[in-house]
Amino acid sequence: MTQLDRRPSDDRQATPLPTDLDARGLARWSWRQLTSMRTALVLLLLLALAAIPGSAFPQEDIDSLAVSQWRDDHPRLTPIWDRLDLFSVYGSVWFSAIYLLLMISLVGCIIPRLFVYARALRARPPRAPRHLSRLPESTSYVTDEDPDVVLRRAEDVIHRRRFRVDWNEGSDAVAAERGHLREAGNLLFHLAVIVVLVGVAIGSLFGYKGGVILLNGDEYGFSNGLTQYDDFAPGSLFDPAVMEPFAFRITDFDIDWLTDGPRAGMARKFVAHLDYETEPGAATQQYDLRVNHPLSIGDTDIFLIGHGYAPVITVRDGDGNVAQSGPQIFLPINPRTFESFGVVKAPDAQPTQLGFEGTFYPTFQLGRDADGKLSMPSSAFGDAVDPLVSLFVYSGDVGLDDGSGASVYVLDKSRATQLRKADGQPFRMDLRPGETVTLPDGLGSVTFEGLERWNKIQISRTPGKFIALGGVVTALLGLLGSLFVRPRRLWVRARRQEDGTTLVEVARLDRSSGGDPETGRSELDGIVAALRKDES
Amino acid sequence: MTDAQWESLSNQGVAAAGVVYFLALLAYAVQWAALRDVPVRQAVSVGGRGGGGDTLVDDLPDERVAQRTEMAGRLGILLTGIGALAHFIALLGRGLAADPNRVPWGNMYEFTLSATFVVVALFLATTRRWRLAWLGPIVVGLVLCVLLADVLWLYEPVAPLTEALESYWLVIHVVAACIATGAFTLGGITSLLYLLKARSTKKSGYLARLPEPAALDRISYRMHAFGFPVWTFGVLISGPIWAHQAWSSYWNWDPKEVWAFITWVLYAAYLHARATAGWRGRKAALLALAAAATLWFNFIGINFFSTTSQHSYAEGAAVERTVQQTVDRPLETTSVVVGLGGGLRLRVEPAQEVGVVVGAEGPRA
Ligand code: HEM
Repeated sequence: MTQLDRRPSDDRQATPLPTDLDARGLARWSWRQLTSMRTALVLLLLLALAAIPGSAFPQEDIDSLAVSQWRDDHPRLTPIWDRLDLFSVYGSVWFSAIYLLLMISLVGCIIPRLFVYARALRARPPRAPRHLSRLPESTSYVTDEDPDVVLRRAEDVIHRRRFRVDWNEGSDAVAAERGHLREAGNLLFHLAVIVVLVGVAIGSLFGYKGGVILLNGDEYGFSNGLTQYDDFAPGSLFDPAVMEPFAFRITDFDIDWLTDGPRAGMARKFVAHLDYETEPGAATQQYDLRVNHPLSIGDTDIFLIGHGYAPVITVRDGDGNVAQSGPQIFLPINPRTFESFGVVKAPDAQPTQLGFEGTFYPTFQLGRDADGKLSMPSSAFGDAVDPLVSLFVYSGDVGLDDGSGASVYVLDKSRATQLRKADGQPFRMDLRPGETVTLPDGLGSVTFEGLERWNKIQISRTPGKFIALGGVVTALLGLLGSLFVRPRRLWVRARRQEDGTTLVEVARLDRSSGGDPETGRSELDGIVAALRKDES
Repeated sequence: MTDAQWESLSNQGVAAAGVVYFLALLAYAVQWAALRDVPVRQAVSVGGRGGGGDTLVDDLPDERVAQRTEMAGRLGILLTGIGALAHFIALLGRGLAADPNRVPWGNMYEFTLSATFVVVALFLATTRRWRLAWLGPIVVGLVLCVLLADVLWLYEPVAPLTEALESYWLVIHVVAACIATGAFTLGGITSLLYLLKARSTKKSGYLARLPEPAALDRISYRMHAFGFPVWTFGVLISGPIWAHQAWSSYWNWDPKEVWAFITWVLYAAYLHARATAGWRGRKAALLALAAAATLWFNFIGINFFSTTSQHSYAEGAAVERTVQQTVDRPLETTSVVVGLGGGLRLRVEPAQEVGVVVGAEGPRA
């Protein structure tokens, strides 16, 4: 490779460790290794490798349910996996180490290149090498014209092809260069990669993401505050003061169930009709919240991500008093048929606390077991065509006395007894809307009043997302420059020969990675043709 | 035309494309059979017009053989073009058969149909300019095999898209992913040919008639240089924008995303390798092949191996798992404790249990 052929990458090659080194020399050598192209390459490969386990094993912050399942299934491996951070790969020390090293390498690589580039911008095109004909792309012709005439014309012709041209009267060669934007694009790309990472980091440090299950209806509302969320995942530098003080209600929810075709049973066209205020006292506005169409309030985005049923259940206790009444959120356990699981608790019931646990079937049907006998109840369809709740009953302490953490979706049965029929089978009641079942032993009664619906709303604030987006877009632009601008140099030398004619040599040097001899050839041919066109 | 008619038109289109591609393959076979034992006369000059391409038959000694191969080659290209047309009609039919009409990227079957079309279309678009006639048999053979597998194992009747798929960002995202996949696939083929050619010392036959290794390397670089920005746009711009709209965060480290990222990093490494002394040529080509392997693993493998992907096309699996877990596992062990209203401490199920509800059972791209 000639000196002229140097590419930016050639400045940053790894070198073997010199033998006689003092501390400073060693430091400098290490820095050069870290910022060399080969190190960048190895780090990129390592990053790809390190990302793999995260897709092979369940990840805590993506699917914590799957993680606990995995832990149960592999009790021996779990401690090792924990030590290796394999349940949170993308936040692990070793993953971070790789990309931080890559970042350092990147910065260490870019800064010197910026200076080199700034110098190159001002520099004149390099002078013609002694033997132009030795360059891989070169051609020559002989003419009767005066060398100066040829060179002046060459200067003009090449300049019109938007090369930067350098020629001094008296010198025997014109030098020209074009395509500086390639290195500019490359630098822009690498800088933008840093910007993207900064944007992503801002989002994960200062942002938050939370979810809430909200019943449909004017009487249920959500106002943005920590206590209102069902689940909440803040970034480590999140400050609750930034939360916008909006409030909203879901006045109505539309859904369209497909009843025929290959996707029968699938639901579409979910629309949650929202009434919202951007801050307390502000005017109420309306928004149709749909999948793929979040509502943005300030920097916060509100998403519709789920829906389900909430049977309205009234529990009367042994004294005939209403011990519990209202919609109970049942969580779908089958996203296709919306068979849902839920509990009802009546801690104030007399003479004893009551708890209920069971399944809601939007469209009840009885399946058949292997022998063809009617057995397993199930839901045939997600829409509430023939809704039915099927509940088991527990009495005694259902675990609300001490007020300690207990899920609204879980019944603590450890100190409760299940109600059984005389034959010892669990007592089960199946209720359709409007029906009431009286509990045995004078414990009271249960009424399935009707059905309400709920939506799962996801709320997130991701500061820096536009920085990240701007970064990738810039990176893409830089990349286009770096891949498709072809930096190249041209020289034209004209010399009087002994027989009085002039030998004109034209050479070209392509410095791009994808340099194609044919385009080079045609550029050379074009220049020669232009030079000879006006030959007198 | 009714939806059912469009659907059967689409099926006929696939069948026709398959048949025509097969005929094209036969034509190429005739072409190369004639060339098989003819030694390549002179080593093609480095950086010159390059062997292969339209000059495949320049140096044939026998006029009649030369004419026959030339005819067969032309016929091959022509048939490839006709096959591509049928292929396109098949795609169009899939989109128009759905109610409402939509882009034909609802499931693996349609996605594969699109990606293979892009491979053929890119080949046809570049074959003249870059003199790629020698690539014809490989492209057509590969596409034929993939189409066959697609029809046999992945076929699904036309169905409307799930809600989450109805976004124009999805359209953009998938178009970009398909185009990049096509370009990377062609780049992978040429990289493989580069490796084979660089080791081969044969004087006749297919490898001998390929362009010089340097030219092959250049062609694969070009395919990759075209594919990389498109992939960047598809995976790192339009994908996250859509994910942000549909799932509320732009990057979830979902297995499909992880592998798209791995692919991206590997192709970035390939581009670096080509600029690094000691990595040019063979090692760069190997990297390109590794990257292509991750690309196709992501395309197909993830759908079958991973049950957690939100992109899952393999419907049943994810659903069953959710049910299974809920039934098998007492909820309390996995619940998270959060504050809820009035300072009362309540336990709530983790979000994802409920999060799968909207349209998750359908295929996502
Ligand atoms: C986040 C990590 C990085 C990514 C994603 C990345 C990506 C890329 C890509 C896609 C190219 C191809 C553009 C072209 O062919 O001109 C490139 C070129 C280049 N990269 Fe990186 N890079 C990264 C880190 C680095 C680091 C750490 C260095 C410094 C050692 C570096 C130095 C270079 C150089 C010098 C080129 C130009 C190659 C040439 O044409 O001579 N990159 N990079």
